[in-house]
Amino acid sequence: MSRKRTLYIGAMRLLMGISVALTCALVLFLIVYVLSKGLPNITWNLISTKPSYLTGNIGILPDILNTLYLVLTTLIIVLPLGVGAAIYLTEYASNKRLVSVIEYAAETLSGIPSIIYGLVGMLIFCQFLGLKTSILAGSLTLVIMNLPTMMRTTQESLKTVPQSYREGAFGLGAGKWRVIRTVVLPGCVDGVITGCILAVGRIVGESAALLFTAGFAHALNGLIDGIRSPGASLTVALYVYAKENGEFEVAFAIAAILMILTVLINLAATLVGKYFKRRRSL
Amino acid sequence: MQGQNQNQNQTKKNPHKHSQPLELIIHGVFLVLGLVTVGCVLLISVYLLVAGIPAIGKIGLVDFLFGTKWAPTESVPAYGILPFILTSVYGTAGAILLGVPIGFFTAVYLAKLAPTKVKTAVETAVSLLAGIPSVVYGLVGMIVLVPGIRKLFNLPDGASLFAAIIVLAIMILPSIIKVSLTALEAVPKEYEDASLALGATPIETYFKVSVPAARSGIATAVVLGVGRAIGEAMAVIMVSGNAANMPSLFQSVRFLTTAVSSEMSYTADGSLHQQALFSIALVLFLFIMLLNATLNFFLKRERK
Repeated sequence: MSRKRTLYIGAMRLLMGISVALTCALVLFLIVYVLSKGLPNITWNLISTKPSYLTGNIGILPDILNTLYLVLTTLIIVLPLGVGAAIYLTEYASNKRLVSVIEYAAETLSGIPSIIYGLVGMLIFCQFLGLKTSILAGSLTLVIMNLPTMMRTTQESLKTVPQSYREGAFGLGAGKWRVIRTVVLPGCVDGVITGCILAVGRIVGESAALLFTAGFAHALNGLIDGIRSPGASLTVALYVYAKENGEFEVAFAIAAILMILTVLINLAATLVGKYFKRRRSL
Repeated sequence: MQGQNQNQNQTKKNPHKHSQPLELIIHGVFLVLGLVTVGCVLLISVYLLVAGIPAIGKIGLVDFLFGTKWAPTESVPAYGILPFILTSVYGTAGAILLGVPIGFFTAVYLAKLAPTKVKTAVETAVSLLAGIPSVVYGLVGMIVLVPGIRKLFNLPDGASLFAAIIVLAIMILPSIIKVSLTALEAVPKEYEDASLALGATPIETYFKVSVPAARSGIATAVVLGVGRAIGEAMAVIMVSGNAANMPSLFQSVRFLTTAVSSEMSYTADGSLHQQALFSIALVLFLFIMLLNATLNFFLKRERK
């Protein structure tokens, strides 16, 4: 082999080695660093109290609850919307142009940066619809952001429901709605669950879209009051503690919690994917 | 109108369709659900245009886009956003320059050379990287990267365009790796077999046959990376220093995204200052739409 070729091969091998090593080192460093700085700062007092200016206490219980409220409200709204849109596209739509318009819209939505969602959410939900800065306004903004993902995962799994099932049901005299309810919907459970997990991951990690829609408040509220009032999610609280208050210990504690959540959500997504794959092949 | 046509088509084409009112109502409900996404896109576009255009009209398009001074709170206010536009462009270009080669070589290794176990491990790590919230990147950047840059280059402050570029490069890695990986795996095995049979070594085959065959997929990955980098706000705001300077590698800078997020909460409702921030968002939105069009172009070419 010529020297030039040997050199080329060697160089490519080296570059690949460096890149892979760098990527892995980065992930490892991030996990280890955040956990080692954050875990020691997670105390029972931190996660079970609310912050108070009087005593100087810092607690993130309200932020944890707010994140939970955001996840719940967003999922409740985005589930029917996303699944319904996917069902329309795969089961009803016969006009190809309309389908491509809807799919193009979904693609566009998934490309829009979250800060723009935040601004438009503020204009539409907080100001125009009069919801003020509140968890509900934040959730509605997150609904638009997560709609494309929900739609796509459901659509993918609807495509795997065999056509013969539908034909069999139609042949027995079932109407369209009955077929969808009894044959199609049960077949797309895996896509819906995957979509939910992905959405939870995105909601937990989102911050820019929530700054102006859900606000910065740390008040401790129940579910019903919480949804109507402003509240910071964990990510927004991290940002405020790190950037505005310089409380890096609290910020790292929140970062560690977020990191653990990210790992758990990724794990759940993988396990669910594997479970349904195995069940399908049986 | 369109909905009605739709229904008529459906009745003709689909023999199972019952003309019962219940079925028609349900069909209508699903049609509405399907159109929600289109409605959202229209709503976002219309709202941004309505909110963004007045300020551009008052400031003047040229002064707004090419003015180099942003000083909305001074007695003679100036609303030039050229510093933000250039910072966003340079920052994104820098992140692509750093991130794409690393992501590309990692993807080639994973697609063609890695043993299954290594591949699963690295892929898991990469999806984790994609899932980490941007504020966590910002926090680590703030505590590790910014002081590091300050010491390494002997600067008064490490919060700079350079720090933002590094954070963005890390943040776009997952999308670049994943999309290139999918494209590389889709290259037909026959291409590689032919090249190997002609005497090329595996590595030569992968880089001179597989990579060119997957080039539109890799281009898609790059465009996606650009989209993610240009739209990132929270991680960048925490490491870039946030002063409205013309971009320079080791100076505090402000991006299009951070210009909106850093001043939004301080402006009075309806003031020219706030309207100008909406105009900045509009400019950012137009950038993204342009990118989407490019992306669609690549995707279409790939399908062909």
